[in-house]
Amino acid sequence: MTDGVDLGRRRFLGVATGVTSAVGAAFVAVPFLASWKPSARAQALGAPVEVDVSKLEEGALLRVEWRGRPVWVLKRTPAMIERLDQADSMVRDPMSEEPQQPPYAAGRLRSIKPGVLVVIGSCTHLGCSPTPRFEPGAQDLGADWPGGFFCACHGSKFDLAGRVWRGVPAPLNLVVPPHTYVDDQTILVGVDTEAA
Amino acid sequence: MSAEKKNASKSGSAVGREGGGLSGWFRKRFPWDQLMEDHVTGYYAPKNFNWFYVFGSLALLALIIQIVTGIFLTMNYKPSAAEAFSSVEYIMRDVEWGWLIRYMHSTGASLFFLVVYIHMFRALLYGSYQKPRELIWIFGMLIYLAMSAEAFFGYLLPWGQMSYWGAQVIVSLFGALPVIGEPLVEFIRGDYFISDVTLNRFFALHVIALPLVLLGLVVAHILALHEVGSNNPDGVEIKDHKGPDGRPLDGIPFHPYHTAKDVPAWVVFSMVFALIVFFAPEMGGYFLEHANFEPANRLKTPEHIAPVWYFTPFYAILRAIPDKLGGVLMMGAAMFMLFLLPWLDRSPVRSIRYKGPLFKIALTTFVVSFVMLGWLGLQPATGLYTILARIFTVLYFAFFLLMPIYSKIDKVKTPPARVTYHD
Repeated sequence: MTDGVDLGRRRFLGVATGVTSAVGAAFVAVPFLASWKPSARAQALGAPVEVDVSKLEEGALLRVEWRGRPVWVLKRTPAMIERLDQADSMVRDPMSEEPQQPPYAAGRLRSIKPGVLVVIGSCTHLGCSPTPRFEPGAQDLGADWPGGFFCACHGSKFDLAGRVWRGVPAPLNLVVPPHTYVDDQTILVGVDTEAA
Repeated sequence: MSAEKKNASKSGSAVGREGGGLSGWFRKRFPWDQLMEDHVTGYYAPKNFNWFYVFGSLALLALIIQIVTGIFLTMNYKPSAAEAFSSVEYIMRDVEWGWLIRYMHSTGASLFFLVVYIHMFRALLYGSYQKPRELIWIFGMLIYLAMSAEAFFGYLLPWGQMSYWGAQVIVSLFGALPVIGEPLVEFIRGDYFISDVTLNRFFALHVIALPLVLLGLVVAHILALHEVGSNNPDGVEIKDHKGPDGRPLDGIPFHPYHTAKDVPAWVVFSMVFALIVFFAPEMGGYFLEHANFEPANRLKTPEHIAPVWYFTPFYAILRAIPDKLGGVLMMGAAMFMLFLLPWLDRSPVRSIRYKGPLFKIALTTFVVSFVMLGWLGLQPATGLYTILARIFTVLYFAFFLLMPIYSKIDKVKTPPARVTYHD
């Protein structure tokens, strides 16, 4: 006790005030941080998209937008499907074991119908949209290039089933979005296929 | 030492507090004379500064240009995905002198980085980060970090193709982190893709949050500098030799002696600045990238994307690593290494003038690597370019990681006790 000052009491009050303020500040921070999350409006704007593939030629690629991202619909020719065998040894996850697709589009072809590939055209590395490079043996991609997609941003490569190459920055296969066939020629992107 | 300083300041302020009139009234209520004494007229800086020492004040000029032009740009810019691109066109075409203000802002960004890079190189040359100036260096690095964030947020605002895909790539970097990665990316974007929401918040960060942070850090940087005093090209401590008045014998007041040198530097800078603004504002696609003259298209990435030149060294390191998380970590580490510099350098001397051949070789290698990585970051990520990027990435890190060894065993010369002139 010096000059009637109770240092222990002062210290206790100081620490108690500090701790209470810190807890209060943490609570106040929550609404501010939460305001950064996707808003109710952003969440509502994810409606499914209908794609008509009847006029899509064999070997041609159609780009549609779903949730602000590019969705590719590729009609694969039998030759293209054959060349997937060639890619098997060069890709990281040939049987699509990583959960990058709904179960009804798993396996080597990663599609519901072998001829129609539906993937999100957004590189699993840093989100660039890769360029279609369907010509086999393209000069800049090497003689063993079986045709696929090349991401010019950071050099990642994918085959015609969206399977990622080994030794490129992208770690995973392209994502297959939930999709289903409304009828033979119409795909609904954003809605899962019900188990038969 | 601090007692001497206090005394010197006290006599300075006592003079100012006398006298009447408006000036006297003001001075009795505001420590103007004290501020001037502490930081301008009574701040003694070494007399042997060379031209490398103008870049600190040039950085301040660049910051002022960015703030003033930025304020005027916000008066006509619209931060929404629907209107951003066309509002920039509107500024360029319809607002009176709008093109000049916008080109000053875009040119200012590049020159700000150029000036800061030279300023940092100066610190490497003369060991200005060494004890007792570690904190000045740390504050400086934080300024560099805040500037980089500021430049990144600002680059999205014109909503061109390069704005959009640049933001997409940089924001996705956080997605490489395990577990928290994807939710974090969504948190930053505020949406499931780079959208209007993202643009709006980047605008807020660019015009309010980061400028405030930057100004605070600049004040801290200068206060820390004025506490320990400036280094100089000889790396000799001028405070070790003081006259009877307590002033360093090799020091001269910042004003009028160093301001007299800084002002011509501001003039030369302004001339270069004007030449670029009027004759080469795009700088052949290096200051304003060609792909950015096309509005953002979220379905199509431009064939070739690269960040603006001042980020390309780090970008080249990111691409050199054939692994997503690894690339992101290496890029972060490249930045983090710079923070550690004061503790990696074990050399007994500061300045390159007295350091040995090992340090000179290391610094040259580092500068060459940094410039080469900067160039490689602008090239496509294929074949030989990737191999070169990997080699220079190794050399970049070697400069830092081997520094505790080579700076210790290096053959150094004995620095003089007092500063020297080299002309």
